[in-house]
Amino acid sequence: MQLNDEERAILAGEAGPTPQWALEHQIAVGDFFGAHDFVPVTQAHIMADTESLGQAGVMWLEKLAKVTQGQTRVRIPTITDPRGTDFTKASVLKQDEWMLDLERRAIDAFVKLGVSMTDTCINYQTIQAPTRGESVAFGDTGVVIYSNSVCGARSNFEGGPSALSAGITGRTPRYGYHLDAQRQATLRIRVDWTPKSLNDWGALGGVIGKLAGNYWSVPVVEGLEGAPGSDALKHFGAAMASFGSIALFHLVGITPEAVRLSDVGGDKLPVAHRIGEREVKALQTAYAVTDEVDVVVFSAPQLSLYELRDLADLCEGRKFVRPLLAVTSPQIKPDADRMGLTARIEASGAQVLSGMCFYQSYAREIAEANGWKRLATNSAKLVNILGGYGYVPMLASMQACVDAAETGRLA
Amino acid sequence: MITFTARHAIGKPVRGEVLVANDGFSARYDLDRNRGIFSRPAHKLSGQSYVGKILVLDTAKGGVASAWMLHEMASRKIIPLAIVFNTVNPILAQGAAFGGVTMLAGFDCDITASVPAGSLVEIDPQVKMLRVL
Repeated sequence: MQLNDEERAILAGEAGPTPQWALEHQIAVGDFFGAHDFVPVTQAHIMADTESLGQAGVMWLEKLAKVTQGQTRVRIPTITDPRGTDFTKASVLKQDEWMLDLERRAIDAFVKLGVSMTDTCINYQTIQAPTRGESVAFGDTGVVIYSNSVCGARSNFEGGPSALSAGITGRTPRYGYHLDAQRQATLRIRVDWTPKSLNDWGALGGVIGKLAGNYWSVPVVEGLEGAPGSDALKHFGAAMASFGSIALFHLVGITPEAVRLSDVGGDKLPVAHRIGEREVKALQTAYAVTDEVDVVVFSAPQLSLYELRDLADLCEGRKFVRPLLAVTSPQIKPDADRMGLTARIEASGAQVLSGMCFYQSYAREIAEANGWKRLATNSAKLVNILGGYGYVPMLASMQACVDAAETGRLA
Repeated sequence: MITFTARHAIGKPVRGEVLVANDGFSARYDLDRNRGIFSRPAHKLSGQSYVGKILVLDTAKGGVASAWMLHEMASRKIIPLAIVFNTVNPILAQGAAFGGVTMLAGFDCDITASVPAGSLVEIDPQVKMLRVL
């Protein structure tokens, strides 16, 4: 990679060992992808739950946080993805003390490195949405695809070590979605049915993700009616990223870089796939293998204030026979408390958790501790993830999931 | 001997037995990392051990956790010897860089259809080469 004077000095260790390590890591990644140089970034977002980090990752972070020489903290606003617990509800999840201890140690290290513990995967709804053309270094695939597609910002998937490196150096290798050419559409899809519920939006995203197939595919979608809201596109993008590792999509007439089909080169592509209600429902039906439910989960992505409002309305006057967990961000939770939404949801026997995400919170261990296997959710992303953790996940509307918490059966 | 040249490479030279599937890879979505096996029921390698094997797969899938997880798996030595993809995403490349895992990606053929299952191969990232022995 071509380095400027500052980067050569960092690489020589003149800014201390922390930026030196960060730049070396970034150069290794940049060389792998043939990056020509670095691009400055304005924000970084780090995914680093301790199930992913493990003991080895936490010890590595602690070692980095003990450095005293040169630059020892991040130099741009650097925030965090959900953690592996909500400390106030860990007993509800039956998490072990060692998990909480590991979380505390990771948090302590991040704070010493100057990282802001926002603990959210919906920072584009709650912290600061990036703007069109703004280069950022975001982790969490749902955050990246929303920022690229809906906001018009520029980010690759940045895993924890790379996002932290970007926070420390204030730059990232210029490859992938930082380049104009990579942002052109590669796959043209015609949709003749517009979803209404969040689970349907997620399922449509999942269908497109499976068809698109890999990180370098950029679907352009025609035919959607109206303007989807932020929560709809949150579920749509998160599922597409999860099922297909997709980081950017365009919706003609909706997302900022595709006012017209030709803006992203879609007019030069044949229509590769037509998707209707049948394909969307088929994805959901594929997960409907039983009607018995052990637990209901709303998470992945964390719920917005509007989703919690809808959930509170659905919980009114009910008494649940199965656990219902609703997970939101630490920014939304105080508003939900203040507006009485948390109390209305929890009066039914449900739990509102904050600052974590279900699948990032030792999903396998809490399943074993609680006897949870059959799980109902309205998140297509969550059903795609949890199979590997031993769950039988099922996808349904928020209404159907709430009904299942009351009856123990998913209709 | 058959050889294949990749467009992207990182890591140290390795030699070992391959586990091949035309399927994706995500450390979070697909693995039981405690037991060292593929655990997602729908995965074509479901139930098989990946420890010490050279995985030859279609594409990197899923979320960002693999970037930390490869490092964690390496610390316990319950990790593939190398991973070879038709297409890779940044997360797996970042994870390989951080965790010291050998990785190749990007071939002119479908690598999952070209390397025989169970064969012995050598990988030399320096010259971006996979050689079937």
